[in-house]
Amino acid sequence: MRVLFNLAWRSLRNRPVTSILTVLAVALSITLLLGVEQARRGMRESFTGTIKGTDLVVGARGGTLQLLLGAVFGIGSPTGSVPYGVYEQWAKHPAIRWTVPLAIGDSHRGYRVIGTTPGLFEHWRYRSAGTLTFAEGKVIATARDVVLGSDVAEKLRYALGSEITVGHGLNAVAGLGDHESHPFVVVGILKQTFTPLDRALFVTLDGIEAMHGDEGAGPGGAPTMPGAEAPPVMPGASPPTAMPGASAPSVMPGASGPAYTPPSNIFQDQPKALSAFLVGTKTRFETLRLQREINQFKAEPLTAVIPGVTLAELWRTLGTVEGGLRLVGALTIIVGLIGMLVSLYSSLEARRREMAVLRAVGARPGMIVSLLVLESGLLTLLGCVLGVGMTMGGFAIAQGVIESRTGVHIAVQAPGTLEWLYIGVVLSAGVLVGLVPAWRAYRSSLADGLSPRL
Amino acid sequence: MTASGRPGSAIAIESLQFSYGTGPRVIDIPHLEIAPGSRVFLHGPSGCGKTTLLGILAGVLHATHGSVHVLGHDLVRLSGSQRDAFRAEHIGYVFQQFNLIPYLSAYDNIALPCRLDARRRARLGSVSLDAAIRDVASQLDISALLDQQSTALSVGQQQRVAAARALLAAPDLVICDEPTSSLDTDRRDAFLALLASSVARANATLLFVSHDAALGSRFDVQLSLPTLNRAARADAA
Ligand SMILES: Nc1ncnc2c1ncn2[C@@H]1O[C@H](COP(=O)(O)OP(=O)(O)OP(=O)(O)O)[C@@H](O)[C@H]1O
Ligand SMILES: [Mg+2]
Repeated sequence: MRVLFNLAWRSLRNRPVTSILTVLAVALSITLLLGVEQARRGMRESFTGTIKGTDLVVGARGGTLQLLLGAVFGIGSPTGSVPYGVYEQWAKHPAIRWTVPLAIGDSHRGYRVIGTTPGLFEHWRYRSAGTLTFAEGKVIATARDVVLGSDVAEKLRYALGSEITVGHGLNAVAGLGDHESHPFVVVGILKQTFTPLDRALFVTLDGIEAMHGDEGAGPGGAPTMPGAEAPPVMPGASPPTAMPGASAPSVMPGASGPAYTPPSNIFQDQPKALSAFLVGTKTRFETLRLQREINQFKAEPLTAVIPGVTLAELWRTLGTVEGGLRLVGALTIIVGLIGMLVSLYSSLEARRREMAVLRAVGARPGMIVSLLVLESGLLTLLGCVLGVGMTMGGFAIAQGVIESRTGVHIAVQAPGTLEWLYIGVVLSAGVLVGLVPAWRAYRSSLADGLSPRL
Repeated sequence: MTASGRPGSAIAIESLQFSYGTGPRVIDIPHLEIAPGSRVFLHGPSGCGKTTLLGILAGVLHATHGSVHVLGHDLVRLSGSQRDAFRAEHIGYVFQQFNLIPYLSAYDNIALPCRLDARRRARLGSVSLDAAIRDVASQLDISALLDQQSTALSVGQQQRVAAARALLAAPDLVICDEPTSSLDTDRRDAFLALLASSVARANATLLFVSHDAALGSRFDVQLSLPTLNRAARADAA
């Protein structure tokens, strides 16, 4: 067997151009096939892994996908704004275990600034129940505190104690429209999570409010919600107690709905509106009921999404595209293998003499078959190995680009079961393809005997 | 090797008939016997069936009529794989030309029979394959060529490499199918001398085929295939 392997290997090396081209063809098609699979799996894992433990994401009425992507994944902007009073009201709902408010709309040198509460650090879960941990420092407490995601700290070279000013809007250019009069001080830096949180800054809701408040009166005084054009919830600079939600306690659905109470004044400057809030419910069953209840809430048009369900919708939409790409991958594999068949088959004519010599020195016909099958198997194997390498290498290189463009961190993973299955199928197909010229060589070596017709 | 079936003859053929597929009869030999250790010259015009007969004797072609005893084994009765194993173990074969696997070095070409067949390898006894190759190479004066790619060799060098391969590991029967036809006279004579001495040293039976009857004087026995082969005579008539 080792002799045959050696023979096959040298025979391939004797035809370097066709061998290399064949290997490349197989490798490229494997790359395409595995790449689609890796991207699919990586993206799904990245998305599902980002938001574990949150049962509902609630925001202004709008597209479920937009809400989820904007509020949680930092892609696009959230659907609009939720009056703070409405949030407070729902936070008291008996089905709710915890809530975390999110005020999104400002940025610092291209990174999102998220106004939230310390609860975020307590309740956010990512991947296998990982909790957020601090590399250094502590949780935000005052209006001047800011906690940095690991990427932000690393890329911008901030340390504990660094002073930061925050810019207007999500795409603010550094220095332009910064809320300079309200600088923040870094009090904590999170450990890397490989989620969009790595690329965010966290301040208190007070901080957001103080920052905007310091700008003085006028439209700039309101939190710069991305959905500012959406149904305006903020009638100017009304005091926090005059929340629109306050006007409609009677519309609350049934007794189970949260009773409205004026917001307690734990914050000196309550933001007037949030972008969204995260909800942890007491049971799975409550999640569904609460979702329905929130979606039907009359006083304020809200949308509540179950992250997993909405992501599943996203995957379904993307499924068609993935299917198409997979089909293209399969077709390129077929083309690659046919190319190999053609090159092996057409080389046979020139190799009849070689087969006769092999027979004369003692090779049995089975060995001739094995030799050709080994050759095609080797070519395919090399193609597969190269293809896997190219896929992994490609993702290792593309990872940074993808992450900085979309915030999606795609982990470079060893091929999964499906990928191994693909590779297995391709390898077997390669061997089967080798059987065709092998069979012909077998037949002709039997018929030729020792005097092949040249 | 001691012959089991018919002691006393290296090759013994009785009423052998052969044709390629459904084609015309190419070989029809009533009787032929060759003593072990003899150097036999077999000649005949082109197309009289020389290569075909050698193919049968080497067990590559399968005759279904008559009996072909080579070194005591009746090749007619052996299965395909048995004949392959038999050839690998007992026979060295040199073609007219293009003897070598193009992508192997001279060394690897010579080593091939021993690498493909464990029993052929076992004939070397305690001698290492490498030592055996270097020994046979020095006999045939190709020691300096061993590392060369076989495509880089001249025709005469190629034939000597092929002879070295056929002679390696003491085959019982060395079959040469016009190995000198592509050599000039000087090279042909040198090659024949080397071949004769190496075969004598290996104690093998030599069956040498050529259409050039003039070479016959260098051999112990001269045979004319057309006189042995009734098919060829019928063909010629
Ligand atoms: N593989 C084959 N298939 C069918 N017919 C064959 C095959 N090989 C040889 N023949 C036929 O068998 C006959 C004998 O051929 P063979 O090659 O044995 O002749 P030869 O004596 O070796 O001739 P040469 O001196 O030219 O080599 C020829 O008529 C040839 O056409
Ligand atoms: Mg011939």
